[in-house]
Amino acid sequence: MKESTLSVLVEDKAGVLARVSSLLARRGFNIHSLAVGPTSEPHLSRMTIVVEAPELEQVKKQLNKLVNVVKITELDQVQTVEQEVMLIRVASGGGKRTEILELAQIFDATPVDVSPSSIMFSITGPPRKVNDFLDLVRPHGIVELVKSGRVALARDAKNRRAKAV
Amino acid sequence: MTMTGAQVLIKALEFEGVDVVFGVPGGAILPAYDPIHDSPIRHVLARHEQGAGHMAQGYAWATGRVGVCIATSGPGATNLVTPLADCLMDSVPMVAITGQVATTAIGNDAFQEAYTTGITMAATKHNYLVTDVADIANTVHEAFHIAATGRPGPVLIDVPKDVLNAEVEWADPVSLEMPGYKPTTDPHPRRLKEAVRRIEAAERPVLYVGGGIIKAEAAEALTAFAEVSNVPVVTTLMGRGAIPDSHPLTLGMSGMHGTYTATTAIQKSDLLIAVGVRFDDRVTGDPEYFAPGAEVIHADIDPAEIGKVRAAEIPIVGDARKVLEGFLAAWDDRGTPDRTDWIETIRRWQRDKPLAYDQTPDGPIKPQYVIEEIHRLTKGDAILVAGVGQHQMWASQFWKFEEPRRWLNSGGLGTMGFAVPAAVGAKAGMPDELVFAVDGDGCFQMTFQELITASVENIPVKIAVFNNGVHGMVRQWQRLFYDERFSGSELGTSDIDYVKLAEAMGCAGLRAATADEVAPAIEKALAVDDRPVVIEFVVDPDEMVWPMVPAGGSNDIVLTGPEDL
Repeated sequence: MKESTLSVLVEDKAGVLARVSSLLARRGFNIHSLAVGPTSEPHLSRMTIVVEAPELEQVKKQLNKLVNVVKITELDQVQTVEQEVMLIRVASGGGKRTEILELAQIFDATPVDVSPSSIMFSITGPPRKVNDFLDLVRPHGIVELVKSGRVALARDAKNRRAKAV
Repeated sequence: MTMTGAQVLIKALEFEGVDVVFGVPGGAILPAYDPIHDSPIRHVLARHEQGAGHMAQGYAWATGRVGVCIATSGPGATNLVTPLADCLMDSVPMVAITGQVATTAIGNDAFQEAYTTGITMAATKHNYLVTDVADIANTVHEAFHIAATGRPGPVLIDVPKDVLNAEVEWADPVSLEMPGYKPTTDPHPRRLKEAVRRIEAAERPVLYVGGGIIKAEAAEALTAFAEVSNVPVVTTLMGRGAIPDSHPLTLGMSGMHGTYTATTAIQKSDLLIAVGVRFDDRVTGDPEYFAPGAEVIHADIDPAEIGKVRAAEIPIVGDARKVLEGFLAAWDDRGTPDRTDWIETIRRWQRDKPLAYDQTPDGPIKPQYVIEEIHRLTKGDAILVAGVGQHQMWASQFWKFEEPRRWLNSGGLGTMGFAVPAAVGAKAGMPDELVFAVDGDGCFQMTFQELITASVENIPVKIAVFNNGVHGMVRQWQRLFYDERFSGSELGTSDIDYVKLAEAMGCAGLRAATADEVAPAIEKALAVDDRPVVIEFVVDPDEMVWPMVPAGGSNDIVLTGPEDL
């Protein structure tokens, strides 16, 4: 099913996250990831929701019915900057440390914790880059990992075009 | 003036113009009951919180105002879940107030604690947990606004006991900023023009209208537009009364138990003008086969309903009355189209496939006959209330609805036991009106204790109980689709003495067991005005509701009786 990214501006009130996730669940929409945090406005938070749904229009309309949802923007992948953070601990015993560190360098993954048997990396970037790194280190053995979920904002396409002229 | 949160709460209800609340007290809500004692607001003490909720719902439907119910924390609140869900499904404006354990105890599994806002999140349009006494008045104001505007619905306010006991200065509530709540009520003029152009050009148009017409007070505009555009009108269950049944353009209810003509007219139409409806599965049957040749104009106050089930060629977001008045304005000086062929076809269906039942003088009482007799003897001048099941369908089919807000039932949620409390609430709100409920015995046994409320509170409703000893609609399905294996559908109470039961609750009790006893029993009931009345009608347990489109089937195949099986 198609994945879509929604940027949802919500009032910063108790229980809003529960309202949003409960609504998506009861309408049968599958949440792939959901990241939430404050914005520059003190009373507003932004949720970045990656959702799998056959009818995105319905997702947007249903979310809009929530009293605490202020604005919903559908982010298309071309006009959007999407970023994700992953912390991943890779097994590095048996003399594989150098090989893994070289790989990490290519991907700009930063070692943040090293032990005799494993290295933890922090990697930030578009989901594709993060996933590619994950695929390449997987054969070495992943001890554990955590992802932040996607955050995304639309590019300033309008102003850029104006400059190009 | 310094007041307690509880005093603010009740004063805030007075500020909203509330004249009656339905409730059951208890520990956490106790502080709020003290100021009720001195308030001009009438408190009707229900026997169960579900009853209080349906009373508020019946009140709201009949009066057009916001209904209010009150319950305590824990079980009081959980007992309100069904009426809340019912109001959400049928878009009934209600404000529910629940007590909550003290803020210091929340989350500790305190006595009578339940996570009310969490539990009711999916059963309300919006809900609140008020944690600051200074927020009570504004929250009540906001709740009434949300309940009554846009697509109406239930709003719950949960107030912890310590917040009710805290003190604050009263200040008149102010309109709060709600950046996420701005219902669109004005339809787009260009869409209206485009819609009208297509309606004029259509050959077989049908207006398919529902509860949205009633909520938006759009009945007059609907009839006027149907007449000027010469378009026949099909109503949903919730839309009965949106146009008078005596009007020549009215085709009645469509769908699973709709008239052959209404259902078939939609199937054969080339343009469906859907206003204040949501293409419910009871109306559409299998949506893939629903009105296959029709373009759709869909107008609704709730944008999420448009395109949810059926794509609309012309979507219109707006208040139903504004939409229909907009149609009228856009129609301007177009003449009334000649649709003789279409209307003639419809008349033929009406002649060939009328609603029918067979009441023989010596045979068992047919429920349809009782409904027609109540209608005849009251001259139709009553608010009719029904529970859920066969009797509900017969009431919708055989009563002649002439006005909006005179037909109350649980449509979307299908809550058995709705009738008795909803009738009590309707009568409390409209004391000068005759409120008549028809109820099945299965439904009646779920909520009849609210007749004690009715007699104690002097709310003289009339309840016709159809005693067939079974869950009739379940039994009908078991007969048709489960090889007549009547599992769990026989109540075993056909011999119960409803007359004694009624009298024990302080009501008048009457009984009719044969066809010739029906009219005298109704006449006797109508003569009683100092008490509620229960009339037991011993009806034929084998009677079935026809027509019928089996669940999930195509509306092209309307079974009009057992011979069609």
